[in-house]
Amino acid sequence: MSDIIRRDPRTEWIARNRLHPLYESVINANAGEVRGPTGLLRKNPHKVGFIGPNGIKRIDRLKGNGQGAGAVGRGKSSANEPVLALHQIEAPDFYIMVAPDLVGGRLTSHDKDVLGLAHKLCRTYEADERDQGRSSQGAVVAVCFGEMKEESLDLAGVDRLIHLQNDVFEGFAPEARLEAVAQIEQMYQPKHWLFPDSIHGGADLGSRLSARLGERPAVQAWQVDTQNTVCRGASSSIDITRATPRILLLLEECGDAIDETRHEAKALDVDAVEVSAVNIVDHGLMDVDPNAIPLAEAEFILSAGNGIHNWEQFHDAAKALGATEGASRVAVDDGFMPRFRQVGATGTWVTARVYVAVGISGAIQHMQGIGQCDKVVAINTDSGCDMVKRAALSVIGDSEEILEELVKIVNAHKGQVSPEGETLEKGSEHAA
Amino acid sequence: MQPNVISLVSIGRHPQSGRARRSEQDGRALELGLKLSGSHLQVAHAGAYDSTFSGSAEETVLRQYAGMGLKQMTVLKQSSDADVIPSLSHYLESQSAQVVLLGVRAESGESSGMVPYLLAESLGWPIVSRVADIVSIENGEAEVLLALPRGQRRSVTVTLPFIATVDNAAPEPRQTAYGPGQRAQFNAVDTPEVLDELRINWVEAPAKPRPKRLKVIKAKTAAERFKAATAKAQGGSGKVMKNESAQEKAQAIFDLLIEEKVIR
Ligand SMILES: Cc1cc2nc3c(=O)[nH]c(=O)nc-3n(C[C@H](O)[C@H](O)[C@H](O)COP(=O)(O)OP(=O)(O)OC[C@H]3O[C@@H](n4cnc5c(N)ncnc54)[C@H](O)[C@@H]3O)c2cc1C
Repeated sequence: MSDIIRRDPRTEWIARNRLHPLYESVINANAGEVRGPTGLLRKNPHKVGFIGPNGIKRIDRLKGNGQGAGAVGRGKSSANEPVLALHQIEAPDFYIMVAPDLVGGRLTSHDKDVLGLAHKLCRTYEADERDQGRSSQGAVVAVCFGEMKEESLDLAGVDRLIHLQNDVFEGFAPEARLEAVAQIEQMYQPKHWLFPDSIHGGADLGSRLSARLGERPAVQAWQVDTQNTVCRGASSSIDITRATPRILLLLEECGDAIDETRHEAKALDVDAVEVSAVNIVDHGLMDVDPNAIPLAEAEFILSAGNGIHNWEQFHDAAKALGATEGASRVAVDDGFMPRFRQVGATGTWVTARVYVAVGISGAIQHMQGIGQCDKVVAINTDSGCDMVKRAALSVIGDSEEILEELVKIVNAHKGQVSPEGETLEKGSEHAA
Repeated sequence: MQPNVISLVSIGRHPQSGRARRSEQDGRALELGLKLSGSHLQVAHAGAYDSTFSGSAEETVLRQYAGMGLKQMTVLKQSSDADVIPSLSHYLESQSAQVVLLGVRAESGESSGMVPYLLAESLGWPIVSRVADIVSIENGEAEVLLALPRGQRRSVTVTLPFIATVDNAAPEPRQTAYGPGQRAQFNAVDTPEVLDELRINWVEAPAKPRPKRLKVIKAKTAAERFKAATAKAQGGSGKVMKNESAQEKAQAIFDLLIEEKVIR
C-alpha cells in the first residue's frame, strides 16, 4: 500500500454530522489511540459503551469477564488458550542434574522449586558464556527413580529425563540409587547436582553422592547463584556464605517454580547400572496405628461430618481402611468425636494426600483446613454441596450404605492378599 | 554376644538461648546405644581437650551425657577448626565397632549432616539414616526401623558393621544425673589432626529471616484479580457418581485408594 495519506471528504463530512446515520460506524472505524496536542493519550468518552436495548447507554466495565459474556468468552478462551513457549534444546553443552523426591510418584512443590532454581543457574551460565562471545546451552535433567505418576514434567521445567524403573530402585534402595547417580555423574559430568534437602530421601541421596565423590556439598542452601551460596548452619541460627559448590542440597523456596515455559522432557539414556553387593535390605513399611499419627501429618484421613449416623460403623471403617480419623466441627460439637480430631479453620490444618469426607457439606471453615490435600473423595447425599465441587471423586448416596460396601470390599481384599504375603509387600513398598 | 556399639556425641546448642547443651539427637543416639549394649556402650566425642577444658561449657555438656549412666567417655583431641573425619574413622576402626550411632545433624557448626556419610564412605560401611529404633542384632545383621515422614515406619535389615543416624522419632533420652556425670572419667586420646581448609574462607553471620513467598497472581484486569481473591471451589473437575449401585460406588472409592497406595 502507498504511504500517501489520502483525504476522504465524504467521511470527513459524515464525521462532522453527528446525526448522520453512518456517523457511528465512521467514527469507530479507526478507533485507535488518539493523542492530544501535548502527546497525552486521549479517551473519547462519547465512544465508550453502547446503547442498550431500552435506549440507555451502557458501559461494560467487566472487560468481557461478565456473566453473560462468560459463556461466549469461555468457549473462546479454551480454543485459543495461550500455549506456553516451548524451550527447546538441540544438543546441550552442559547438564544440571536434579534428583526430585517424587513423593507418591508426583513432583512436590519442593521439587518444583529446585527445578526452577536449576533453570535460573542454567540461564546465568548461558549469559556468562554469551558475554565471552561463545554460545552454549544447558539442559536441566530430572533423575527419577521408580514409579512416576506426574504428567506435567514438561511444565515443571524438565528438559531431559532419566527415568530408572528397575526393581532394584523400588522402595528403599539407597545403595542402588547411589550407584545409579554415580554412573550418571561419570557419563554426563554435569555442572551441578541439585537435591531437595528433604526428609523424603533427597538429603540422603545427596549426602551419599557427595561422600562418594569426596566433594563438599552445600547443605540447607537457600540463596544460590553461580558464584555464591548462602546456607543455614548451626540448627538454622547462622547463615554461611560460601562459593557455590557442585553439589547442592536445597531448602524449600530456594527458587521459583517454572510457570511460563514448556520443556521437552526428552528421555536421556543411561547404561545399565550394576548394583554390587547390597548391605541394606528393605522389608517394606510397617503397620502403624493410624490414630497415633498426629492429624496434621496423617497421609490418609477418613473424616466424619453431620451426615454420619452410625458412629460404630464409621470407626470400624476407619480401622479397616487404616485411615486416621478426622471430623467436622458439627461432629465434634455434638460430642461424637474428640476436639483434637476437628479439621478446619478452628481445628487442624491437615496435609493428607487422600482425604475422604463422609457426610461433610464443605463449609468454607472446613475447606480451609483441607486446602493442602491432594485427592479429596466425597460421600454425600447432596450432589450440589461444596465438598462435591472440591472432590476428585464424589459418590452420591447414603453414607451408611456406602461405608458398609467399602468395608466389605476392603476386608475381601485383605483376606485375599494377606495369605500370600508377597503381593502385600509389593504394593506397599513405595507408598511413602 | 553383646554387639560392640559406639555412640558419638557432639556439643548441642539451645535453640533459644544459644547456650551449649546436650544435643537432642545425640542424646537419643546415646539412649539407643544404652538400650543395645547397656554398660558396654562406648561413647566418644571429638573436640578440644586442653588446659581450658576443665570448667568449660564443653565439659559441662559432656558430663550431661555421662550423667545418663556412663562410667567413662573418650575424647579425641582435636582443635575446634579441625576436620574430625580422619580422627573419628581412625578411632572407630581401632575399636572394631559394629554399630555406630550418631545424630542426623549437629546443632552447631556447619550442621551439614555429612559426618556419618563421610565416615561410612571412608570405612566402607553401610549407613542407614533416620533410625527410629534398632529392634535386634543377630547373626551379623541388624533389624532397623527407619522413621519416615507422616509417622510411617520402614523395616530394613543391615549387615554389621554399620553406621546409623538417629531421628527425633527415636525414644527420648533419659534424664541426666548430676553426680554420676561429675564422677565420670574422660579418656583423652591423641588422634591425627587435619585442618578444615575449605571452611576458613566462609563467612558466617546470624541467620537472616527468609522472605516469605508472596502469592503472585498473574491477573491482567481487576475482575480477574477479584476472582482470584474470592474464588470458590470450581465445579465440574471431579468425577461424580450418582446412579450406580452402592457396590459400584464403593468399588470406585476403593480403586482410587489402591491407586494412591493408601490401602495395602
Ligand atoms: C468461626 C467458625 C469457625 C468454624 N470452624 C470450623 C472448623 O474448623 N471445622 C469445621 O469443620 N467447621 C467449622 N465451622 C463450622 C462450619 O461452618 C460448618 O458448620 C461445619 O463445617 C458443617 O459441618 P458438616 O459439614 O459436618 O455438617 P452439615 O453442614 O450439616 O453437612 C452435613 C452433610 O452431610 C450430608 N448428609 C446428611 N445425611 C447423610 C447421609 N445419610 N449420607 C451421606 N451424607 C449425608 C448432607 O447432605 C450435608 O452435606 C466453623 C464455624 C464458624 C462460625
